[in-house]
Amino acid sequence: MSQVPPAHPPKILLKDVHKAFGQKVVLNGIDLEVGRGESLVVIGGSGTGKSVMLKCILGLLSPDSGSIRVDGEETTRLRPREREKLLHKFGMLFQGAALFDSLKVWENVAFGLIQGEHMPRAKAKDIAIAKMGAVGLGPEVGELFPSELSGGMQKRVGLARAIADEPEIIFFDEPTTGLDPIMADVINELIVKCVKDLGATAVTITHDMASARKIADRVAMIYQGRIIWTGHANDIDHSGNPYVDQFVHGRGEGPIKMQVRAL
Amino acid sequence: MGFLAATGRAFLIFLEATGKLAMFTGAALSHCVRPPFYPRQILRQMIDIGYYSLPVVGLTALFTGMVLALQSYSGFSRFQAEGAIATVVALSVTRELGPVLGGLMVAGRIGAAMAAEIGTMRVTEQIDALSTLSTNPFKYLVAPRLIAGLAMLPLLVLVADIIGVFGGFLVGVYRLDFNPASYIGRTWEFLEPVDVISGLVKAAVFGFMVSLMGCYHGYHSRGGAQGVGAATTNAVVSASILILVWNYLITGIFFSTK
Repeated sequence: MSQVPPAHPPKILLKDVHKAFGQKVVLNGIDLEVGRGESLVVIGGSGTGKSVMLKCILGLLSPDSGSIRVDGEETTRLRPREREKLLHKFGMLFQGAALFDSLKVWENVAFGLIQGEHMPRAKAKDIAIAKMGAVGLGPEVGELFPSELSGGMQKRVGLARAIADEPEIIFFDEPTTGLDPIMADVINELIVKCVKDLGATAVTITHDMASARKIADRVAMIYQGRIIWTGHANDIDHSGNPYVDQFVHGRGEGPIKMQVRAL
Repeated sequence: MGFLAATGRAFLIFLEATGKLAMFTGAALSHCVRPPFYPRQILRQMIDIGYYSLPVVGLTALFTGMVLALQSYSGFSRFQAEGAIATVVALSVTRELGPVLGGLMVAGRIGAAMAAEIGTMRVTEQIDALSTLSTNPFKYLVAPRLIAGLAMLPLLVLVADIIGVFGGFLVGVYRLDFNPASYIGRTWEFLEPVDVISGLVKAAVFGFMVSLMGCYHGYHSRGGAQGVGAATTNAVVSASILILVWNYLITGIFFSTK
């Protein structure tokens, strides 16, 4: 394989990534490139391998074969310590927010600063409160526990935690799932604002087209473990790809067959 | 042939589980001795295991000591050996019943709680979140629990020993009309350091086993509420069985003079 020129390697580069769980093939040769400072949205139905792809990039799962490069550096065979260092570059907003329920809200936001970067607690708390302000949460929320918050507020705390140590790359896993349309739009606006403020590279996986249109510079569609289409966000309505068309317009009829009854 | 295939499959599953547990244990142990450490987490676990288990372990020890005195009186009086009651209570409690019953109670209390907490963290992606925040889940979740279990159970059992002997003393003096001074004298007369020490070594091993099983089953739980429930059950059952097996092995190591 040819070496990527070191001057401007893509921020994230996946080449022919495969991953199977037992007999079930989830990723079947993913090729994907995310440029520096770009916001890529990966769309696709449930169970098409979107989450598994993100987890492979983060190293939470290791791919069976293929290459994953971050800033031109191969990451599939990193040692645990190098992996920890690499993960400093990443922030992630999980689908269910994944807040630590034994810790207060501000301790959640400051977690990466205190544990990852060994910052004194008082200083980390100040930064956490500032980051919570950036997502529209007052300092009084910081003293609550995650279970006392609504779903939308939990998402915002999750977002504040993901941006707290100013990552270069942020992943959003279904950021609007389970929220009402207004709160979903608030979260979308926050994502756009936070990514722009940080100048970060963003990868979002979603099946919410309203969210995709709002967040994306570029869109990629995943189907049966492969990327079947990528293109500019404006081109999504005239992609010329029947699979993308069916998904974007949410039609039951088309090349994508949903198995709704047992065969 | 069907029978052979089934046997082989069961054996392979057993080998796989053993290997997985061995690798988990190795990884956990290596993270126990390498920095960074999380003193806050260790302290929290120590308080949870040591302090909050005191009532249940204390009550268990108290009634065990009391019933031992009562039982051995009704048995020993058949051949006029009532004088041995104090010794029997002291030896049984320090060598066997303190560590084993204490360990089993802690397995029910702590092992289950650990499996449920870590299991819930697994299914709600909190463990993945730890990794993305540059925190190793083994160091942050598993190592503190192993260290706390290993350190706190001996202390708990030491308290249980004292309470258990005191339970025997209460029954001996107030129910069976022994002379208090001679009961205490009899308790000390045949008690040797190795009796207590072997019990404390057992306690340390049991504490480690309880934490290990709680963490292991929680860490590998999957599939939502049902999976966490299964992990909790497995943690308690496997910890209890390991306690009983290791109790026999350690007794063999300490007291196999013949």
